[in-house]
Amino acid sequence: MDALLGNLDLWGQATLNTVLLFLGGGALALVLGTVVGAMRVSPVPIARGVGTVYVNLVRNTPLTLVFFFFVFGYPKLDLPEIPFMPLGIIALGIYTATYVAEVLRAGINTVPVGQAEAARAIGLSFGQVMTLVVMPQAFRSVVPPMMSVFIALLKNTTVAAGFSIAELAALRATVADSANRPGTVMEILLWVAVVFIVLVFLLSLVQRHFEKKWRIVR
Amino acid sequence: MSGASVLYDVPGPRAVLRNRILGLVTVLIVLAAVGFIVYRFAATGQFDASRWNLFTYSLVWQGMAQALWATVSAFLAAGVGSIVLGFVLAIGRLSDHAWVRVPVTVVIELLRAVPVLVMMMIFFYGVNSIPGSTFRMSAYAAVVIGLVLYNGSVLAEALRAGIEALPRGQKEAGYAIGLRKSGVMAFILLPQAIRAMLPVIVAQLVVTLKDTALGFIITYPELIYYAKYLSSQPGRPLLQAGLIVAVIYISMCLILSGIAKWLEVRTRRSPKMKGYTPDAGGGDPRIHDGSTVTEVIAMQRGAGKFDGTSTGPSV
Repeated sequence: MDALLGNLDLWGQATLNTVLLFLGGGALALVLGTVVGAMRVSPVPIARGVGTVYVNLVRNTPLTLVFFFFVFGYPKLDLPEIPFMPLGIIALGIYTATYVAEVLRAGINTVPVGQAEAARAIGLSFGQVMTLVVMPQAFRSVVPPMMSVFIALLKNTTVAAGFSIAELAALRATVADSANRPGTVMEILLWVAVVFIVLVFLLSLVQRHFEKKWRIVR
Repeated sequence: MSGASVLYDVPGPRAVLRNRILGLVTVLIVLAAVGFIVYRFAATGQFDASRWNLFTYSLVWQGMAQALWATVSAFLAAGVGSIVLGFVLAIGRLSDHAWVRVPVTVVIELLRAVPVLVMMMIFFYGVNSIPGSTFRMSAYAAVVIGLVLYNGSVLAEALRAGIEALPRGQKEAGYAIGLRKSGVMAFILLPQAIRAMLPVIVAQLVVTLKDTALGFIITYPELIYYAKYLSSQPGRPLLQAGLIVAVIYISMCLILSGIAKWLEVRTRRSPKMKGYTPDAGGGDPRIHDGSTVTEVIAMQRGAGKFDGTSTGPSV
């Protein structure tokens, strides 16, 4: 318990950074993922191609490598200096956006074909078919897998620990390197695991709530 | 292919023009982004021969081969281990005895909630710093154990979903011809579930391969660690080493993903799989002819449950 209460300042800062990475990365992933997901179902062949290449390329790259390029590689290009935190958020966002795009695309595919056909039959355009008929229905079936993507994103924030961002998984090094902080390495790591279990549990509660609220009833 | 989607018409003259303009805009944006990166690379001298000179030494490539083997060996051990653990946990989770089922369920849920990296850190930094203990865990062992525990629990959920999605008649028929519980599981349920879940299992192996890169953070000498090592002195080629490692990683993952995709297509086409749709993404009865209304309703009730295990957390 000492490992937790004796370092309360550190825990607060680390949890804040984890939440910041999660929210920032999540927002970026949602925006970018929606754009890419729209590209992948669009009538423009080139846009479909670009979306497919992006998704396949980034999905098959380890997140550690994405971080490597943004945190270690970016400063080598003599561009305006950006602190590690925003770079980490960008890396997480770009990586998670591919999963968001795939979830959206899969969601659109679960809407019965007849719905889109009926919408087309009454003369709606592609934009209208999407916004008025397909999207509102796809949204419901998208919510549970989307929450799973966000749970994965929350766990992926730990990768930032290897790239000089002081979030939860980096606490071990901070405590181990300082002389007078209470708690052994094992205690700290087990508490980090507990914090993640709690956070993931909270997110699954939210997931279950939305799943129930928006279940398709026919 | 533009006529194939139900979402939009075969484009007429105006739509063709609009699509061309949109296509052009897309190309311009992509070219601008890629061009800017290439320009910065050129401006900071990343294409200079001196930066790539290091990669003309065979010693560097020997080191690269060792790093590649470190990655591949960790992946192979973790892949085999997680499949074995996945079967054990899945069977435990489906047990008729509550004293087996409940603890196994709890363990699966806990393992799925802890980030892989934190598990690796517990087994590496945590175990190695227990006061008074002389036992030392190698980084390799920590990477493999972390990957096995996490991916094993994810595979267990996938296998369970596959078994539970089998028609109940399969199990009943098994009992009717006098098989015992173990026989029903081994000869009836598992073979069908494995066949149906093979794409998911291979897709999870891609995740395992990608996650071996986490070993970098706990100083396991795999590919990214070697790339960083090559660039540890100022002026050394960091981006170049990173790019080479990226090509290696992405090609390995693309090959595995390709196998998963091929298996998925084959599974969906297989006549043996008719009327059995464990995965909401692939075999959705709503987009096939001849599916019954009950199947569709069952699908929708189950949707999300399977999504959670087969697509979501395997990131």
